[in-house]
Amino acid sequence: MNGWVIASWPSPQGDEYALAFDRSRTARLLVLSPLFDEANKTRHFIVEVMRRLDNAGIDCFLPDLPGCNESLAPLESQTLMGWLQAAAAAAKHFGATHVLAMRGGALVAPPLPGWRYAAQSGPSLMRALLRARMIASREAGTEETTEQLLAMARQNGIELAGYRLGPTLINEIMAVHLPDRLTEIAQADVGGGGLWLRAEPAFDAAQADALTAIIAKGLQA
Amino acid sequence: MNDASAHELSEAASQTDATLRQVLADVLGLSQDRVDDFTTETGLFGYLPELDSMAVAGLLTEIEDRLDIVIDDDEVDGEMLETFGALLAFCKAKIQG
Repeated sequence: MNGWVIASWPSPQGDEYALAFDRSRTARLLVLSPLFDEANKTRHFIVEVMRRLDNAGIDCFLPDLPGCNESLAPLESQTLMGWLQAAAAAAKHFGATHVLAMRGGALVAPPLPGWRYAAQSGPSLMRALLRARMIASREAGTEETTEQLLAMARQNGIELAGYRLGPTLINEIMAVHLPDRLTEIAQADVGGGGLWLRAEPAFDAAQADALTAIIAKGLQA
Repeated sequence: MNDASAHELSEAASQTDATLRQVLADVLGLSQDRVDDFTTETGLFGYLPELDSMAVAGLLTEIEDRLDIVIDDDEVDGEMLETFGALLAFCKAKIQG
């Protein structure tokens, strides 16, 4: 038996998918992936971590937030507040007891105990996306500064790394604080280089083992 | 400059070299051996197809974090990103202020 299913859950904007390992166990972990480009780079890693959590006796759920991954909702109309509500709805639907939020996923973590892995602040997330756009534009012979781009984005929204982001989302990301209630797992605790940094998506079994061990130990405590 | 401060400077320079190689290993998914073989002439942006604008943005942000420097928009150009040597020289100059 595989153990996983593609489950459906009711987000406030309509039904969305989630990857679920559910054997009705006591420990039930909501997993929030990084946002935007980093979500693609870490998907394989996250799924491998979830397989290991399942083997360690932990149910886990990876929801597609509206506008993300397989969701049919338009990304451009999404807001951080909307994602917070959606993540909370997913947590409620699956009966999550804890949360593991990776990178920018920590910005939309519902009020559950748990962990944030290499959490990325909103301004840092925007800085990387704006910088990518600036470098691509410069290569194409157009001069744009990240300051100009951000000012424009705050007013009218912007397309960054192929993601069309609305102005409300941009302003919320620039203003939000990382949740202190979650225990930070630093990349040094997991070992090796962060997989979201990789130019090509990659997987690392040792890192997946290490992250799973930290969560499993924390849930036993 | 006395010997002690010259020694400190060269220690800092070799630390910068090692950090930069490590960040490149993390971004490119290369082994330590492979990045240890990088020379000042090793080509980066424009030579390695996997190093696209998003990867370069991640690379620069990671360099900022690990070397505790801030890289301004107008400092980012093709020349600075072209080779390992150019990027290393840029980082060393940044650290020394």
